[in-house]
Amino acid sequence: MRDVAIIGIGMTKFGELWEKSFRELGIEAGLKAIADAKISGDLLDALYVGNMSAGKLIEQEHVASLIVDYSGYASRHLPAVRVEAASASGGVAFYEAYLAVASGLYDFVMVGGAEKMTDVGDAESNRELCATADNEWESIFGATYASLFAMMARRHMYEYGTTEEQMAQVAVKNHRFGSKNPLAHFRNTLTLDQVLNSSPVATPIKTLDCAPVSDGAAALVLCPWDHARKFTDTPVKIAGIGLATDTIALHSRRDMCTMDAVVRASSRAYHMAGVAPKQVNIAEIHDCYTIAEIIEIEDLRLVKKGEGGKATAEGVTDMGGRVVVNPSGGLKARGQPAGAVGIAQVVEIVEQLRGEAKERQVQGAEVGLTLNIGGTGATAFVSILKREN
Amino acid sequence: MVGIVSYGVYVPRYRITPAEIGAVWGIDGKAYGESLGVYAKSVPGPDEDTITIAVMAARNAMKRVNVNPKEIGAIYCGSESHPYAVKPTATVVAEAIGATPDLTAADYEFACKAGTAGIQTCMGLVKSGMIKYGMAIGADTSQGAPGDPLEYTASAGGAAFLIGTEHVIAEINRTYSYTTDTPDFWRREGQMYPSHGGRFTGEPAYFRHVLTCAKNLMKLQNTTPESYAYAVFHQPNGRFPRRAGKMLGFTDEQIKQGLLTPYIGNTYSGAVMLGISSVLDVAKPGDRILAVAFGSGAGADGFDITVTEEIKEYRRENAPLVKYYVENAQQINYAIYTKFKHQIILREE
Amino acid sequence: MQIPRFWRQIPSRYNLIGVQCENCKRIYFPPRTVCPECHRLSVGKMLPYKLSGMGVVHAFTQIYEPADGFENQVPYIMAIIQLDEGPRITAQIVDCGIEDVKIGSRVEMVFRRLGEDGKAGIIYYGYKFRLCK
Repeated sequence: MRDVAIIGIGMTKFGELWEKSFRELGIEAGLKAIADAKISGDLLDALYVGNMSAGKLIEQEHVASLIVDYSGYASRHLPAVRVEAASASGGVAFYEAYLAVASGLYDFVMVGGAEKMTDVGDAESNRELCATADNEWESIFGATYASLFAMMARRHMYEYGTTEEQMAQVAVKNHRFGSKNPLAHFRNTLTLDQVLNSSPVATPIKTLDCAPVSDGAAALVLCPWDHARKFTDTPVKIAGIGLATDTIALHSRRDMCTMDAVVRASSRAYHMAGVAPKQVNIAEIHDCYTIAEIIEIEDLRLVKKGEGGKATAEGVTDMGGRVVVNPSGGLKARGQPAGAVGIAQVVEIVEQLRGEAKERQVQGAEVGLTLNIGGTGATAFVSILKREN
Repeated sequence: MVGIVSYGVYVPRYRITPAEIGAVWGIDGKAYGESLGVYAKSVPGPDEDTITIAVMAARNAMKRVNVNPKEIGAIYCGSESHPYAVKPTATVVAEAIGATPDLTAADYEFACKAGTAGIQTCMGLVKSGMIKYGMAIGADTSQGAPGDPLEYTASAGGAAFLIGTEHVIAEINRTYSYTTDTPDFWRREGQMYPSHGGRFTGEPAYFRHVLTCAKNLMKLQNTTPESYAYAVFHQPNGRFPRRAGKMLGFTDEQIKQGLLTPYIGNTYSGAVMLGISSVLDVAKPGDRILAVAFGSGAGADGFDITVTEEIKEYRRENAPLVKYYVENAQQINYAIYTKFKHQIILREE
Repeated sequence: MQIPRFWRQIPSRYNLIGVQCENCKRIYFPPRTVCPECHRLSVGKMLPYKLSGMGVVHAFTQIYEPADGFENQVPYIMAIIQLDEGPRITAQIVDCGIEDVKIGSRVEMVFRRLGEDGKAGIIYYGYKFRLCK
């Protein structure tokens, strides 16, 4: 297995992009990534696309072929694969693309994630999120995606004393970061009071504890590490990856306050990268709800189990803290186009490691981590990225 | 000997008072309620219907005895508010108590006496040896049109009786029915609410059928009101059954235990069976019960019942008593009532 | 919800029929064909098992933005319930206010409507729970 580099990144703005169709979004991100990699598109050997729900959201399946076609590569008959793992579709597509290059099968691979969620109303997009839980044994009985995280929150509050204020603090931090991100869905900042007073969705989760439903696409160009310097002075190495699954239904988990898949995926990634959790400077993780960030920083072993809320309140994950979490604004502010999230997380870490994050730049960023989950943690993908000189 | 081997009841916990209802229509609901002898009526929750009520009552009946549900040879559900016009309540109940697949089942309709009609059918099947046990259920989530007098009394509830010949706790000595074509109260297919003939529902309908049935039954059995410890009459409100009782020579004391309408409203097909259940909750061996159900359209089913020694072994405590369901009440206002009855027009997706 | 898919699950939805692994005796709900502990040893040995419907509240929430078909019940209480036999399930708690529900409250199964396929479609029934008296 050979080492793999990321040499190009690209992303559309995330948000309610009424004027843009799914096809246009996918292409836009891909074109930006190719331009950033400074390669000709003819070099691409394959395309991997992460997409959760095109079938229901835009009534279109077969999206890998669709993107190849609209990118202009149908005549080259490019190999293309669409990956689905709920909101971890992007992360798992990245995993597949990494394997393709690391194995030696392909040299230049584009991996993207795209989702168009606003062509349908809220009810339908929420229904799709519910379908990432256990449709037959959770959703049918009245559980919504938010309610499942709400129950995780309730249990976490019961076992560890986590508070609603600590949860709200995640939203405040991520919006502050998002306000500095020109591509973020939300650019506004929030106060703690605003979050705490927002209307209840599923207690204790309130409206401003929830990431939005967004449109957007992101893309990366991967190539063998040994070739990378031909294209860029700032290649980023994929030092470690880890993928793990767990029970589909939240109620079947060993422990409701822990996403075992996150623990295992991150262990695998840390091991492969030869990196300890305390060496991570920056992380882009899956804050679909504020409680998710709190639990994830524990399960990534960035903080001790049960101390995620306290650490957030104390600024451990804020700018200037030990590990800056979600400097892009996270899913909360940067946005949540389900299939694109996992790729966008990598885009941010690469920008940070290259020193190109401008107003959001975390000083001394050397080791970055991304975490992309599906459902309530039935899939978890972790990548560890390093700049290497 | 054929009779009741077990019984179970269920009444939803929500209640609305005549005062609450009257306030919406600008009348003194409290006074109107008093004139009817009704102080509250039960309201089904938004996720309850005749099928869920029938299942809960049937499950309660099964909890009190050690009967293998697969030995139930017939299930009949009587109601005027079956959730489906075509697809029986009885099959869902059969599945939910584990009685499927070797049995017959059907739904009955005869206004408020559909449940008791089921008892009679079960008696025949059991007595003839065709089946070992039969279950008859009377359950309703009856609708009263907004602003109509029936709105104050039409309520929800049900009871299930397991009929058999072994370990009978209440022997049905005889059943007799009095049936005529009398259009006192009806609902056409497709209509949401029933219609009725106003005062015509009294003397020519309820009273003629209930009184004649009771008298004829007592004549056949050679009994008088004094022969009975308890009497249960159909109870569309709190007044009719007392008047009927008085006209027949029964005392208020005999009628009291089986009279539930004042507290939970008229549960239609559930009414008399709930009344009998209330009596069985306290009855002693040897107590004799006269029960007369009335169904508009019209007919009355009469039952002469004697409680047996078996009732001493009967594990009544395995399921809630009628008293528990009557007292386990949560008051709601008219807005919540409307919401629970799905009368708020929600947005269509 | 599609008719055959709903129909297949009636025994589990109405009567809480799960399975017991004959090998290790663990009880699972909903039914499954392979025991996660015994794997190959459990194939063909997962036998139907009727759970009692009694359990304890493990976590709960009050939902204000409803799932499809639950609009009329807003706000409603959702819970993860630890059944006495071991498995946990997700179900609604009915007939009480949120203030009465605590982690550890004892609950019992009741039979209720889960939803319907529109006014002309099939009605789905199944389990919900209420606080034990």
